[in-house]
Amino acid sequence: MQTDLVILGAGPAGLTAGLYASRARIPVVVIEKGLPGGQLTATETVDNYPGFSEAILGVELAQKMEAQARKFGVEIVQAEVKLVTPIDQGFSISTDEGKDFVGRGLILATGASPVKLGIPGELRLAGRGVSYCAVCDGPFFRHMEVAVVGGGDSAVEEACYLTRFASRVHLIHRRDELRAVKEIQERAFAEPKVSIHWNTLPVAVLGEKDVQGLRVRSTLDGSEEVLSVGGIFFYVGLHPNSDGFRNLVDTDERGFVITDSAMACSKPGVFAAGDIRSKILRQISTAVGDGATAAYSAQQYLEGLS
Amino acid sequence: MLKEEAMMSENENLFHVTDGDFDQQILQSNVPALVDFWAAWCGPCRTVGPIVEELADEYKGKVKVAKLDVDANKEVAGKYGVRGIPTLILFKDGQVVDQIVGAVPKSRIKELLDKVS
Repeated sequence: MQTDLVILGAGPAGLTAGLYASRARIPVVVIEKGLPGGQLTATETVDNYPGFSEAILGVELAQKMEAQARKFGVEIVQAEVKLVTPIDQGFSISTDEGKDFVGRGLILATGASPVKLGIPGELRLAGRGVSYCAVCDGPFFRHMEVAVVGGGDSAVEEACYLTRFASRVHLIHRRDELRAVKEIQERAFAEPKVSIHWNTLPVAVLGEKDVQGLRVRSTLDGSEEVLSVGGIFFYVGLHPNSDGFRNLVDTDERGFVITDSAMACSKPGVFAAGDIRSKILRQISTAVGDGATAAYSAQQYLEGLS
Repeated sequence: MLKEEAMMSENENLFHVTDGDFDQQILQSNVPALVDFWAAWCGPCRTVGPIVEELADEYKGKVKVAKLDVDANKEVAGKYGVRGIPTLILFKDGQVVDQIVGAVPKSRIKELLDKVS
């Protein structure tokens, strides 16, 4: 299928880029491997997206963004991208469904995924007590003790969320202060069920068939202890979903795609938006801004071609 | 409210199993069975849901494809140690053959089904 603009990923960045492109009357296709929404679908509530003064469910916001994009004619195709190849007419995109696409311009908006620390037991017990999504799995841990690893917004926010189910939430953080925004920190400090373990690293996930505990180590004196938890939630950062594009465009040392302020990548005709970009703040609000800019830049690029 | 719930009843090749009929529908199934453990509160389950619907059609007669709501059917979810969703478990002759935890692309699930069908 031949079109003017192909957008990879239908999270907030990709859907916004699609919305802007479609309203500019650019023929556009968005390719998404799952359902639209991206990481929003794994977020319980969103408190910081302007316009929603009452917290909105992540899933609901995703559905609204999708509906708005479709309303303006954006076509969203479900397929997983296998290969992106530059060709004379632009870019050829092959997918696992056997459907191939050709676009004169390309926007990369495939986002990022939770980092796996890779400590012993972690991968083996994924889905058996190890989780990367508190919204998905929190209710399995009613009246149990759980641990959350990390100190950023997601870690601290989900630690508070888990107090609805868990009898106690251990927040494991390697430093002596949290990175999360102050408002979220204050919530955690005020929550009696959250105990924060400062200067502490997770060392191993314990358990045969399911999680029975987490071995942690103090960064101060090296002493170790075992927390008797049935669930462990890792929120230790994001890994860019850019593996398929590293030969196509320049990335930073962590694999995030480098763009200029117009969202243009090192390869002409390729733009990037949202969490996949090398940037300082990854939020829904920054993703939609990127998406709008990327669509505008792509429009200018396409007009320059013809 | 949620799209998946509205879509659920439309597909006649997709089974909905419960604690009550799991043994009969899945363990005693004549063909291999794929069970999608899901819940309404799980966003990524909505990613897997439509894929499972398509697979139900594509593997009709070869693999029985079913969904199980873990909220309403805690017994089966507990028996198979499901503590994270979406989880897909493939059964053959009453035994667990393999399982996938988390939302994965359709091609990955097909690889699993092609091993037994």
